[in-house]
Amino acid sequence: MSKWYFIIDVSKCWDCNNCLISCKDEHEGNDWPGYTLSQPLHGHRWMDVLRTERGQYPLIDVAYRPSPCMQCQDAPCVKASGGAITRRPDGIVLIDQEKAKGKKELLKSCPYGAIYWNEEKSVPQKCTMCAHLLDDGWKQTRCSQACFAGALKVVKLEEGELARLIQEEGLEQLEPERGTKPNVYYKNLYRFNKVFIAGSAAVKKGEIVDCAKGAKASLYRGQDKIAEAVADAFGDFRFDKLPEDSGVYGVDLELDGRRSQRVDVELGKSKNIGTLFV
Amino acid sequence: MVFDKTQFSVVLYGMEKVMRLAAKWYPEFQKRLAEKNLVAQFQLRDNSQGRAFTFKDGKVSSTAGIHPNPDVVLSFEDAATACRFLSPFKDQMDFISAVKAFQLETRGSDEDVVWFSETMNMMLDLGADYGVDMGKGVTRYTNCTNGGPVFVYVKDGKIIRITPMDFDDEDADPWVITAHGKKFSPPKKATLSPYGLAWKSMIYSKDRLLYPMKRVDFDPNGERNPQNRGISGYERISWDEALDIVAKEIKHAKQVHGPGAILNGSGSHHTWGAIGYWLSARLRFFNTLGFTPVGHNPDSWEGWYWGASHHWGQTAHNGGGETYNTVEDLMQNAEMVVFWSSDPEATSGVYGAGDGTIRRQWLKDLNIPVVHIDPYYNHTAALFPGKWLAPKPGTDNAMVLAIAYVWITEDLYDKEYVATRTHGFDKWKTHVLGEDDGIPKSPEWQEAETGIPAKDLRALAREWGTKRTYLASGGIVAFGGACRQSTGTDWARGMVYLMGMQGLGKPGVNMGGLQQGTPVDTRFFWPGYSEGGMSADTQGTGALVNMYQRMPQTPSMNTVQQTVPRLKIPEAIMEGHCEGYPTDPRTIEGQFFKYGYPSPGHSKVSLYYKYGGSHFGTMVDTNRYAKMYRSESLECVVNQSIWFEGEAKYADIILPACTNFERWDIGEHANCGGYIQHSFTQSNHRVIVMQHKAIEPLGESKPDYQIFKELADRLGVTSAFTEGASEFDWCKRYFAATDVPRKMSWKKFLKRGYYVVPPLPEDRRDPVSYRWFYEGRPKDTPELTPLPGDYTDGFRKGLGTQTGKIEFESSSLKRFDPDDPERPPVMKYRQSWEGPNTTELFAKYPLQLLSPHPKFSFHTMGDGKDSVINDIKDHRVLIDGWYYWVARINSQDAAARGIKENDLIKLYNDRGAVVCAAQVTDRVPPGVVHSYESCAVYAPMGKPGETVDRGGCINSLTPSRMIIKKSHGMCNSTLLEVCKWNGEESFS
Repeated sequence: MSKWYFIIDVSKCWDCNNCLISCKDEHEGNDWPGYTLSQPLHGHRWMDVLRTERGQYPLIDVAYRPSPCMQCQDAPCVKASGGAITRRPDGIVLIDQEKAKGKKELLKSCPYGAIYWNEEKSVPQKCTMCAHLLDDGWKQTRCSQACFAGALKVVKLEEGELARLIQEEGLEQLEPERGTKPNVYYKNLYRFNKVFIAGSAAVKKGEIVDCAKGAKASLYRGQDKIAEAVADAFGDFRFDKLPEDSGVYGVDLELDGRRSQRVDVELGKSKNIGTLFV
Repeated sequence: MVFDKTQFSVVLYGMEKVMRLAAKWYPEFQKRLAEKNLVAQFQLRDNSQGRAFTFKDGKVSSTAGIHPNPDVVLSFEDAATACRFLSPFKDQMDFISAVKAFQLETRGSDEDVVWFSETMNMMLDLGADYGVDMGKGVTRYTNCTNGGPVFVYVKDGKIIRITPMDFDDEDADPWVITAHGKKFSPPKKATLSPYGLAWKSMIYSKDRLLYPMKRVDFDPNGERNPQNRGISGYERISWDEALDIVAKEIKHAKQVHGPGAILNGSGSHHTWGAIGYWLSARLRFFNTLGFTPVGHNPDSWEGWYWGASHHWGQTAHNGGGETYNTVEDLMQNAEMVVFWSSDPEATSGVYGAGDGTIRRQWLKDLNIPVVHIDPYYNHTAALFPGKWLAPKPGTDNAMVLAIAYVWITEDLYDKEYVATRTHGFDKWKTHVLGEDDGIPKSPEWQEAETGIPAKDLRALAREWGTKRTYLASGGIVAFGGACRQSTGTDWARGMVYLMGMQGLGKPGVNMGGLQQGTPVDTRFFWPGYSEGGMSADTQGTGALVNMYQRMPQTPSMNTVQQTVPRLKIPEAIMEGHCEGYPTDPRTIEGQFFKYGYPSPGHSKVSLYYKYGGSHFGTMVDTNRYAKMYRSESLECVVNQSIWFEGEAKYADIILPACTNFERWDIGEHANCGGYIQHSFTQSNHRVIVMQHKAIEPLGESKPDYQIFKELADRLGVTSAFTEGASEFDWCKRYFAATDVPRKMSWKKFLKRGYYVVPPLPEDRRDPVSYRWFYEGRPKDTPELTPLPGDYTDGFRKGLGTQTGKIEFESSSLKRFDPDDPERPPVMKYRQSWEGPNTTELFAKYPLQLLSPHPKFSFHTMGDGKDSVINDIKDHRVLIDGWYYWVARINSQDAAARGIKENDLIKLYNDRGAVVCAAQVTDRVPPGVVHSYESCAVYAPMGKPGETVDRGGCINSLTPSRMIIKKSHGMCNSTLLEVCKWNGEESFS
């Protein structure tokens, strides 16, 4: 049977928060019987937008990751709930608001922190993937409808179709090592969970310093060259998608047969190594 | 004659029958009839014929002849005239003309006359069906907001959801642009900004004003205690009491003080809609009273209006430029886009929702590189990465000069264009090269000013000089950013200069960043808000250009020739005098006419009637406004507002208005008209919306129009204000004035709620802006300005400058004041009077504030008022039960002050102090603090104006000095210090 999936492109999200706000609009003040009780006006983030900033001034980038309930296939919350949380055949995980009443401990069962406590109603709540709307014939959730940037989509796919999409788009699950098998897939997740080494190539021509446009930057691991990048018009180059805290790298530049000093970089988080002269 | 008289009596006889039937069939009409007991007499002026209608306890009867003592008389000149106007198909122009010629007169109390007129109008739309039945008791209505058009789902009289509009098969398909062998077309839906999506929470906000209130220690007949404004609480009063007090105060101001005593102004932006907008009903109402208007500065255009207009005209655009069909040109011909102080993502251009974001994603598909120049790594930069250059705030113009230096010294500009299309270049060139002052404006020179490495500047200049480049300068062309710095006039002038050197109008060389200039149909007429709606004000709005002839109205004119400049309201009140310069879009020289307050022979202001959004968040040095309210010279302060926030808390009487979801209105998304002519070219689809009354007004709140009408009743000016038309009637008249009736009937428009204007086929798209100028042809873009008299070489030939060219040396400034050091005819580099070079102040306050237009709210709309927008992490942060405004500080500056993420910090200088939540970031360089302006909340901890504000009014820190002395223009160049906040109430 086909299942519902969120497909989220991190590179297209710019933190407009239409997903968060439309979710609140749909659920605040409205009970959807059989799906969820209403959400409190403030505080809940059934769709949370997380921010990360990489690098140091002026070589930085910023990315945002919308983060809903992961609608896991092997959902720890379902296991912990004693039947209060179930997964439907179409993949949507729902919290039975009657059965889950008073069970605040269910918040801890979610490794992604996607369950929220409704203090007034004494019930755990989370993203329902707008199941009440999808069941009513809507083609999209409120958040995906409101996302004009195209960062957030919901699709209903057979397994084969999903596999093809994963392949074609380079989709990833968040923290797959947890083994919960989320039905939320991310594109360009490296913007959030990988790091870069960036710098600026410059060249001295007499008294004048210029950007070394076209300089070839090389990245080394020990003596092995593992990547190359070409400096842009401003001399800027970047090696991206490196693992965080991955140790020492070497960087050097070459332009018109001239080579820079090699610089060693201990890589923790993303690093702007500054200006390198050829 | 005999025939006419017979027809007249038949019509009158039939009218009674029609009213009876209508009352039988339509309960709303029955209810209406029960509102009043009165006798309405129709008659000919010579008393030779008539019929009197008696309304009593909901029943109507009539007798032929002349009643001895009618309450309302409608008198026609003759029977033929009467027959023309008693037809449901009367011609409005004919009708208005007859009224103006006294061929039709009314007598009786204004309130009764208008009630009767509205009742007659009502019969034309009885049983009108509106909204779409969605099943399960849900009806889908339509509305429009600052953030985009919306569907409104209502069940049991309550709004359950508000969504963006998705279009269906009945709606027009979008345009297609072909560029580099690919086809690009926007999705068939409208977009919506977060503050548009958040409306439900604002409508049902706990901060809504639900009934009229009076300050507890304000006694209109005794002690008024002005010193307690902003301090004392409020008590609920009835509408009758509130309106009686306000009407009495208005009369008092006029009778005792005379013309000019009533001051009225609004926030920059009110709820959307052509009838309820501040340029519409409000203006007409206050014109009927005679009032001192608050004169608006061109508040998001400052540098363009006071600076750039002197070099390329464009006064009708407040000095910003036109953008016709530039989206297609950019995509087909440009090789680079420079976003200079331009963050259309954050500001939605202006009103543009997310439509532009969709288009900018195509830049990636087309591999067009971008550069971002902004002290903040803004949201456009984050979404569309490219080189980021962060000059120190207010120094951008040094970059302008250095770019020109590289172009001149490396021969990278269009000399042919400069020779034939510009004027006075050599004088500027002399300055750029340093031949006049000995300082070559080299990349190395600018580095000391801006902090931008010379090599980066040189690289930028070389890329720009060798690639066909679009320059995006502000949200559209203009709107926000560096034009609001103390040096903003120079920067905007510089933007025009640089385009003048590269050949503005050449394919791929133009202005904009895909935000404005889509190929929608600009020739399909639907007016924008600046066209003045129902104001009939031909002087203060664009009504004269577009609406006056199309929607015939009796003209409305303010009889008081006195203005208080908005930025100097506190001085006008507290010091009793001030000066200003006009925002006049007609011609360059309009801005030179300095005016004073008070005007000769006019009264000073004694009654301040404030309407709409608060100035605390949006003006400058705004603690002044709080202090002003305590002035005894303000005998009475009235505030008409939707929410209990900002300046509403400083009034004596509060009149609660409802939102545009609780009343009728009409409008097009992103259509401003006037000073942003054709601004709907920001949209991917032109969406014209019937703004349905979706729910009843909450509590006792009322439509603004209704509040004005009920005051007008008390002041005896109702027919002059309403022309006997209700809000709904005005919507219908407005609709009839446009091109929509040719495509969709009123009935269908009312029911469906919107119309999408089909785009024109590719071969009928507008010409690209300035292509005509580049190619030496007469202007061929679809706008009426410059006015004929502003052309030197014949109509439509050249720009609106004296030479018709881009003027490096401005003719207008040469004529006006060639020795003005702040605005010399040829632009030169000036350091800010509040910046790193103001040594003494900088030593005390070593950080520079950057306070652009906000991302998650539009002026005060969206923020505060218990809106769900407050939950957005980058907007406010909840700390110890209070939602704090966010301020962004560089990681090094934060570390030096021991500040960590989400610490409460105090931003302060001599003008004020604001507590914010710290966001520690490298999105600003060291030395710069970023925090958006325009919050809705003002929450001084102690005495208003003199203690720390926890609301987030960043503008309490900004200077009240004019951007240049000879202007009425704000600027936000501000030095400040930041420290961790320890709960103290004092500024320092």
